[in-house]
Amino acid sequence: MKAFDQAFKIFTLALTVATLTIGVGCLGFSEPLIAPSTVGLLGKYLSYAILALSIDLVWGYMGVLSLGHGAFFALGGYAFGMYLMRQIGALGVYGDVSRPDFMVFIGLEKLPWPWLGSEYFPVAILMTILVPAALALAFGWTAFRSRVSGVYFSIMSQALTYALMLAFYLNSLGFGGNNGFTDFKKILGFDVHSLGITVALFVASALVLWLAIVACRLLVTSRLGLVMVAIRDHEERVRFAGYKVENVKVAVFVFSAILAGLGGALYAPQAGIINPSLFSPIFSIEMVVCVALGGRGSLYGAIFGAFLVNYVKSRLSTLAPDLWPFILGTIFVLVTIFGQGGAWGFLRRGWGKLMGEKAVGYEPSN
Amino acid sequence: MFFSLGRKAIIALAVITIFIGSRLALAQETIKVGILHSLSGTMAISETTLKDSVLMLIDEQNKKGGALGKKLEAVVVDPASDWPMFAEKARDLLAKEKVAVVFGCWTSVSRKSVLPVFEELNGLLFYPVQYEGQESSKNVIYTGAAPNQQAIPAVDYLLGEGSKRFVLVGTDYVFPRTANKIVEAYLLKKGVAQEDIITYYTPFSHSDWQSIVADIKRIGGTGRKTAVISTINGDANVPFYKELAAQDISASAIPVMAFSVGEEELSGVDAKPLVGHLAAWNYFQSVDNPANAEFIKKWKAFIKDPKRVTNDPMEATYLGFNLWVKAVEKAKTTDVDAVLKAIVGLETPNLTGGVAKLLPNHHLTKPVLIGEIEENGQFQVVWETESETPGDAWSDYLPESVDLIADWTAPINCGNYNGKTQKCLGAEKKAETAK
Amino acid sequence: MVFLGRLSIASSLALALLTMALMTLTWSARLGAGDANSDEVFSAAVVKSLISSKVGDRDLAIAELGRDSSPLAGQILAGLLKGRLYVDRQSGAFYWEEAGLKLLWPLADGPALEAAPTNARKVAVNNRQRELIEGLLSLRALFDADVKNRRVASGALIGAPNVDWAVINERLAVETDERVLDNLKVVQALGSLRDPQASAASKLAALTELERLYAPAAQEDIKALAIDSNLELAKAAQRTLRLMDARAQRLALAETVFFGLSLGSVLVLIAIGLAITFGVMGVINMAHGEMAMLGAYTVWALQSVWPGQPGLALILALPTAFLVSGMVGASIELTVIKPLYQRPLETLLATFGLSLILQQAARKGISSMNVAVSSPDFMSGQWAITNNFSVTQGRVIIIVFCLLVFAAVSLILRKTRLGLEIRAVTQNRAMARALGAPASRVDTLTFALGSGVAGVSGVALSQLTNVGPNLGQDYIVDSFMVVVFGGVGNLWGALVGGLIIGVANKFLEPVNGAMLAKITIMVGVILFIQRHPKGLFPQRGRVASF
Repeated sequence: MKAFDQAFKIFTLALTVATLTIGVGCLGFSEPLIAPSTVGLLGKYLSYAILALSIDLVWGYMGVLSLGHGAFFALGGYAFGMYLMRQIGALGVYGDVSRPDFMVFIGLEKLPWPWLGSEYFPVAILMTILVPAALALAFGWTAFRSRVSGVYFSIMSQALTYALMLAFYLNSLGFGGNNGFTDFKKILGFDVHSLGITVALFVASALVLWLAIVACRLLVTSRLGLVMVAIRDHEERVRFAGYKVENVKVAVFVFSAILAGLGGALYAPQAGIINPSLFSPIFSIEMVVCVALGGRGSLYGAIFGAFLVNYVKSRLSTLAPDLWPFILGTIFVLVTIFGQGGAWGFLRRGWGKLMGEKAVGYEPSN
Repeated sequence: MFFSLGRKAIIALAVITIFIGSRLALAQETIKVGILHSLSGTMAISETTLKDSVLMLIDEQNKKGGALGKKLEAVVVDPASDWPMFAEKARDLLAKEKVAVVFGCWTSVSRKSVLPVFEELNGLLFYPVQYEGQESSKNVIYTGAAPNQQAIPAVDYLLGEGSKRFVLVGTDYVFPRTANKIVEAYLLKKGVAQEDIITYYTPFSHSDWQSIVADIKRIGGTGRKTAVISTINGDANVPFYKELAAQDISASAIPVMAFSVGEEELSGVDAKPLVGHLAAWNYFQSVDNPANAEFIKKWKAFIKDPKRVTNDPMEATYLGFNLWVKAVEKAKTTDVDAVLKAIVGLETPNLTGGVAKLLPNHHLTKPVLIGEIEENGQFQVVWETESETPGDAWSDYLPESVDLIADWTAPINCGNYNGKTQKCLGAEKKAETAK
Repeated sequence: MVFLGRLSIASSLALALLTMALMTLTWSARLGAGDANSDEVFSAAVVKSLISSKVGDRDLAIAELGRDSSPLAGQILAGLLKGRLYVDRQSGAFYWEEAGLKLLWPLADGPALEAAPTNARKVAVNNRQRELIEGLLSLRALFDADVKNRRVASGALIGAPNVDWAVINERLAVETDERVLDNLKVVQALGSLRDPQASAASKLAALTELERLYAPAAQEDIKALAIDSNLELAKAAQRTLRLMDARAQRLALAETVFFGLSLGSVLVLIAIGLAITFGVMGVINMAHGEMAMLGAYTVWALQSVWPGQPGLALILALPTAFLVSGMVGASIELTVIKPLYQRPLETLLATFGLSLILQQAARKGISSMNVAVSSPDFMSGQWAITNNFSVTQGRVIIIVFCLLVFAAVSLILRKTRLGLEIRAVTQNRAMARALGAPASRVDTLTFALGSGVAGVSGVALSQLTNVGPNLGQDYIVDSFMVVVFGGVGNLWGALVGGLIIGVANKFLEPVNGAMLAKITIMVGVILFIQRHPKGLFPQRGRVASF
């Protein structure tokens, strides 16, 4: 099948190898060979990669640049975080079974209504999907129908995530204000800090990422995918050809938001905290930069970019705590100017030469 | 095809191996000290100073021969004012760098973010900033003020000066919310009418204070002596004070008592219009004391800037560092449990002429000072407690924590012990699940 | 002559002026008692109490000085208030600090001393004492020749307990200025309200007077009267309260409009630069905030060069900041933006990287902390339109300044050759080139212009908020919102959009708090754009499509 080309096979192989290495390395020996902190970190990168993938789907293939995709990621994280908070139960510092600690703290007497049913795992998963989808539907539907596009759409999505950030900072909203959710104890009754759960979360992230890739590949190689690319390259022409451009855009946007939300849900337990800073426009922009750096319009590129940027950030902020913003900033500038097609494009060209293949001629245009 | 796929797989594997590759820790005869303060992002404004303070203290200690005959080695990381990154870096420091102790965090949320990591990996964190209380962790030593070491004395002072009406202005996050709740409960107890307590909350980095300051002016202008209690966070203070000055509100008409404004914040603002406004801390640079004079001298020399100031969180860092060194010498090891056991009850002289004692609840005894802002951005101490006040982890003025105490010595060994039911909340269940 | 007690409304501007006034005091021996022989007045006791470490002793000394009518006593009080007074512990000599120490007493016209004599110490006072002194000085200033000082002083006396009625009546008899008279009448009326011996009739008269003059400072006393056993009095008091409320609401409305315009003008200032780089050129410049940051740092740098001249430095900072930010902008355009014109969305990424670099450069190069920028006299203080309504001088200047910048940029775009070329190049690049417009150079100049204007806005921001590495980040989202709301590519849009957002924000703030107000505005703008995708002033034709 067209969707599952060679790159897909390599990707699948790499992901499987990584998952097996980590699974066996951690659980197969009495003393884990790979530090659990590394596993947690890699799992976090995987959740970023899912977000990057979702951004690339709408930006790289459909030309819709969302500067507020972090909002969907954060909403997914919050939806799942609510479940994690409820799992704390009587283990909190106040020993209150019915309310998370921060509610005792700010004096909320009973659970606000959005918390209804959040103690059930399936409900949490459902909300993780529904909440971002609902927001994306509402926002996308109104925006695309009134033909808000290009930079207008970008700035509006940025304003959206900014407004949500301010809202989640409100203590009275009942989502923990600036502190957000933290100090998770359990997931499905298991200790969230145990090695087994750490590995399980990593495996789950890898699995979701793989499923996301499968879905995205199927999507972009389908007829719908062709329409998406056509919209990106010449929206008016597609519209004149009789396609309902708005419907396509809304549908893909919602799908992308769901992916982002799932990424967020996997992020929350692995990061150990979820707070409104994920809604900050800077976070969303950083993720867009990941996509651009990795190579826009190439799904693997987005994943690669998410890993690369976050890895560099993690390493450099320890190795050169004073100077890393200079280095990261310079990389952004240089890659944007010189690296057409991003790092992935660069690698692919290099790879092609290494393998003696002809350069793959795909470059996204604006 | 197979060949090329194989080659690709090998290269991919190699990449992954390098990527994950754990680094071998070089065996060195040093004690590693982690520093977890933001050096970039919004909090760098406040936290960079504390990183430098710890570096200076380590430098000093090494000149004295280090600890246990080993040199101290600083491990500096930058969590970049990003709260999940705080947790990530804390894990890094404890699990990979294997540091003996960490000095770090400023905001409540950063502390909350790293707390589970320190508890899970049994690390040791010294937290040097005044905070909202309602917490006591086995793995954290709180060297800043608890609310009863700042808010309550400050309110007493204002009441003593004849204030009858109070405007509580704060940034909407945990510290102001809790501090204001405690202040309000205390004021009501002291006979201030509910309608004379007015509260405002603003977003972070709030920069347009015109309406709120005009309100304060109106509220204070009806003939009843009014004071403002400010729990405004970092960045938002300068525009707030600038607006106070612009609307001609002098300290003698409506004094503003701040809980988060110190010498460092004032060095970023022209202090002339602020003369007379108040702040409550446990340390001021202006305190006349030989130990303080020496500390200031060393700091200026270390940072190579004669204009740099010292502030309360720096003193808290100083106290925490000295206590840790003492505890390590006493325990003869840097093992966290041994150090924690040794550290309770230890005393170290503070910079204002008194003694800081580490209490079983992991808080310090501290003097409370009220200072008035002077033209040069320093504080003139106008009031101070007779002796050091012990830090109280759980406020006596909040209904949910009246019965709670923290005591990390045997037999209680619990951070949230309910004195009434004689139970350690949360922890009991933990023990059960462990079985 | 004792007026110990509090004055609830006093202003620091008043006191600055007072001090000036006292230096040139013409008033003499009006307060009777202590006569002009200053040698007798400054008994060793006063000096001793002043240098005593006990607060109570200093209270006594201040009271003593208050009884003294001599100009020197006034000056010493002013010195205490401003923290400029030094006392020699041994000789008992007083010094005034102003560019060195000047001997104040015993009287001598010597040159200023470079350093304080070994025994000289600054005399410190606390808030309560400052309040006392302010009251004492205000009474003195009632007889000042300058009407401005008298207005301020009389205003400061409103609500003060234990006012010396003899002094007030004396001034009332000779005062000619309406506002001073009004203030003094309020002082008097308030006095009779508080006087337990005053008759009901005189209280009624006082109420009528307060109703006429509108004195919010009397509110609490009138409230107390509103539950008086004398029904007539209580009714009158309730009426006065109602009327005062209505008046207060009208004033609050006017104030809110002003606050809104001033907030709006700040938004407009930052947005104008963006309206050029983003609106006209289509470059999504994430480093725009950092250009403003550069401008704000320029003010700091110039003020450090001339520490004594904050006003001059501020004015000079305007062209300097324009040049600095403009040049940085030009070099950014040449190195980073130029290769990206085919890919406008990617400018976002490169400039985001630049903003990281610039912020960290400020942190490492200058300081990770905020730096202190002072406000010159013309930027601080209130401008009293009536006794009860005043606006902030600095804010008025910023509103006017915003309009000037807007006018200047409009003129450049409309009336100059550069403006013509800018419009030509952005509307149809190929055609403009064909007609001889140097497109590449025009791009550079346009970007420099936008950045320069951002720098100028930074100068204005330095007067309102923190000057530090985070300055740019705090405004970037807001400024993009303003430009998009107003309509990309349209300067008028930025102006009107910014002002609307500002005023709406200020009207919402009292209703649902600062947090929700901001959220409401954001959501409002989003919804507006969904209905009107091209903003308030849509650009016609084919210009604004990217």
